[in-house]
Amino acid sequence: MSSDVRFTDFKSDAQPTWCPGCGDFGTMNGMMKALAETGNSPDETFIVAGIGCSGKIGTYMRSYALHGVHGRALPVGAGVKLANPDIEVMVAGGDGDGYSIGAGHFVHAVRRNIDMTYVVMDNRIYGLTKGQASPTSREDFETSTTPEGPQQPPVNPLALAFAASGTFIAQSFSTDAQRHAEIVKEAVEHDGFGFVNVFSPCVTFNDVDTYDYFRDHIVDLAEVDHDPTDYEDARSRILDPGSEYQGVLYRDEDSVPYEKKHGVDANMSEIPDGAPDDAMDLVREFY
Amino acid sequence: MPADFNWAIGGEAGDGIDSTGKIFAQALSRAGRHVFTSKDFASRIRGGYTAYKVRTSVEQVQSVVDRLDVLIALTQRTIDENLDELHEGSVIIYDGERTTMQDVEIPDEMVGLDVPLKSLAEDAGGAIMRNVVALGAACAVSDFPIENLNSALEKRFGDKGSAIVENNMTAARKGRDYVHEHYDQEFGYDLECTDENYVLLNGDEAIGMGAIAGGCRFYAGYPITPATNVMEYLTGRIERYGGHVVQAEDELSAINMALGAARAGARSMTATSGPGIDLMAETFGLVATSETPLVICNVMRSGPSTGMPTKQEQGDLNAMLYGGHGEVPRFVLAPTTIAECFHKTVEAFNLAEKYQLPVYLTADLSLAVTEQTYPPEEFDMDAVEIERGNVVDEETVGEWQDDQGRFKPHAITEDGISPRAFPGTEGGVHMSTGLEHDELGRRTEDTGMRVQQVDKRSRKVETAKAREPFEAREFGDPDSETLVISWGSNEGAMREAMVFLEEDGIDVRFLSVPYVFPRPDLTDDVEAADEVILVECNATGQFADLIEHDTLTRVKRLNKYDGVRFKADELAERIAAMLAGDGEEEEATA
Ligand SMILES: Cc1ncc(C[n+]2csc(CCOP(=O)(O)OP(=O)(O)O)c2C)c(N)n1
Ligand code: SF4
Repeated sequence: MSSDVRFTDFKSDAQPTWCPGCGDFGTMNGMMKALAETGNSPDETFIVAGIGCSGKIGTYMRSYALHGVHGRALPVGAGVKLANPDIEVMVAGGDGDGYSIGAGHFVHAVRRNIDMTYVVMDNRIYGLTKGQASPTSREDFETSTTPEGPQQPPVNPLALAFAASGTFIAQSFSTDAQRHAEIVKEAVEHDGFGFVNVFSPCVTFNDVDTYDYFRDHIVDLAEVDHDPTDYEDARSRILDPGSEYQGVLYRDEDSVPYEKKHGVDANMSEIPDGAPDDAMDLVREFY
Repeated sequence: MPADFNWAIGGEAGDGIDSTGKIFAQALSRAGRHVFTSKDFASRIRGGYTAYKVRTSVEQVQSVVDRLDVLIALTQRTIDENLDELHEGSVIIYDGERTTMQDVEIPDEMVGLDVPLKSLAEDAGGAIMRNVVALGAACAVSDFPIENLNSALEKRFGDKGSAIVENNMTAARKGRDYVHEHYDQEFGYDLECTDENYVLLNGDEAIGMGAIAGGCRFYAGYPITPATNVMEYLTGRIERYGGHVVQAEDELSAINMALGAARAGARSMTATSGPGIDLMAETFGLVATSETPLVICNVMRSGPSTGMPTKQEQGDLNAMLYGGHGEVPRFVLAPTTIAECFHKTVEAFNLAEKYQLPVYLTADLSLAVTEQTYPPEEFDMDAVEIERGNVVDEETVGEWQDDQGRFKPHAITEDGISPRAFPGTEGGVHMSTGLEHDELGRRTEDTGMRVQQVDKRSRKVETAKAREPFEAREFGDPDSETLVISWGSNEGAMREAMVFLEEDGIDVRFLSVPYVFPRPDLTDDVEAADEVILVECNATGQFADLIEHDTLTRVKRLNKYDGVRFKADELAERIAAMLAGDGEEEEATA
């Protein structure tokens, strides 16, 4: 780790093709800041991105990275981290990517508790496919595929993570640059799976969950009486319908990451030139 | 044909058939005899007929035959199911005190030995040992020194303490003594022992062992018959070498985890069977287009859909060759014997890393679940070589950067092979994507670059063909006018079938092909033969299609898709019939 890393070192020279004003710009800046401030360098960082407008983030950041298939970024991140625990792994994707096609992986990544960070750019819509309902869309939100609204309640990602025994559950707002970067930084520093749901408005297809809406409705947990290490406190906030919190909702201070529990600490890229010295013992087992 | 002895134990699933069979197989192996085992099992945990068969000889055995000399029958159904394989003089050991065996029907020409398995076991310390009593009885029938059985019991129960081992030895002795005391007759079997030391293992275990020897350190998988044993083998062993096994939430996760680990620089693998291969198809394309080395092991079972999960088939060839959308190079390796499962696994990792692409390593159920003895030198660990291909480090990374110092993970090269930089390598920062990309790994729709990248990826195949010995294994008379070709587990049955055929005066040349893609060019071989017969365990002849496509010559197809592997004698008969013309243009019969 080098201390002289600046957040711009995490910026690639590719020009983002996000719509001007898209919330993803702010989300990404906060991620880069958090990485730099926690002392990581691009050489030792791996970003895994999903598919969607959100998933393009891997292209615009500079580090080792993989832009995978829709919904499967979390398992890729797990593989990278377990194969080389010295690498800082950050996974990013959208609400469709993470809570629809990838919902199964989300729940299991949370309970596996590998030491990595997952940032979901939640715009409550499918952006890249041009405006269909997402799992976090409101029940009455009219879209091209749901002219009457989805007529199903939205998924509560925080509650999903909580139910899956998440050890770090947070939410932020991409345009509140300072707070957002702070929260992501805390997620990076957490010993275990740091999950941040980011309100990252889509200015093109979502005219309900807008910057103005969030500005009016967000309650910052730093400004109310909330103890993220208190399970009951966390539960009541996470299950509070219609609330839009910003901050760390739950943090398990006793979290032991998967790698520690399972004794995974080797850099697996280093292997001998031939079979291990005692490999004939493997054969002898079959006597 | 080597003088062989065929033994089986059958009963209901849950009767401990598997472990009893395995103990006997191990006893034979420890006595310096060669062993080949096979299992008849249904897809259920309790109830339903199941059997474990052991064929043994002092010479190497590599197939099953339609013959049983001694059968331990725990149910009447065991006898009924095996009537075809029993012959005059076959010995059937059963427990007449068992309510369901009281009116047991033993055919006249066979010898029924009623042994009170349960009561003798109780005398020795517990009814649970009744199968071991039966093993002791089998020792008496086959004149097999009980010390060898004791040695296998020690291996099996050693962990549980000496009292348990002692009790089991007593149980075995009681079984043997009972037969000696009550049946004063010669059974005509004599299981000679030798001083050889053999190891006994199945294909899944050989794959797991090959993976560790070949440097695999990360495995992610989701349980599925008959591939789960690979994962079970690696669990608890790979950790000794700094590796790790993850049971993922599904196959999509498994292959993506394996992909992530490979990008971090680990030799990485997942194993599954047909349905899992289907689920992995999307990521398969990503693996190939991001040029990530990955070994995907497909232990085939009967399809389509959930098909017959515990039955033999070689039906996934097309899925592996053509599965996934778009066009991407991949290698398909198909070990032909249990020992080859080991060697080809090591090779699969080398090929994956040298050519930076996904390698399907495919075994079939028969290879995976049956065990065979080998001299331990067959698995010569000193001969294992690990070749990691073009991996750059901090010193060499500069050769692969553009003028702005950006690393080119998809550099267009003459041989199609680009450099790899593992995360942590200074100067090697790059992104990979499933989108079409330029040399830097950045998305592009530029027509020229698209064509260059597609060509580059397929050039790796040509490079591999020029550099690697993708050859067939050859057996039999090189000048014979009859050429038999097969792939996968049929090699063993075919090699023994050749002995039967020779006895009938039929010489054949046999090519067993472990490389499906890229594969050896068999045009000259096919052209030189009068008759070409393609043997495979599927209905449509997927490998035959490939050979016809390569050689522009029609071949005869000998297919089997009833869920049961080829047996040596059966195969010899069917080949003889085909050559005699009776079976000509034979419908692909089950
Ligand atoms: C298997 C598969 N199905 C569908 C798609 C098409 N697809 C691309 S992005 C996307 C939705 C993305 O929505 P979200 O994750 O919310 O991200 P956003 O674009 O809003 O940032 C879909 C359905 C795909 N790429 N792969
Ligand atoms: S469509 Fe929406 S989510 Fe996508 S880039 Fe534009 S504003 Fe952002």
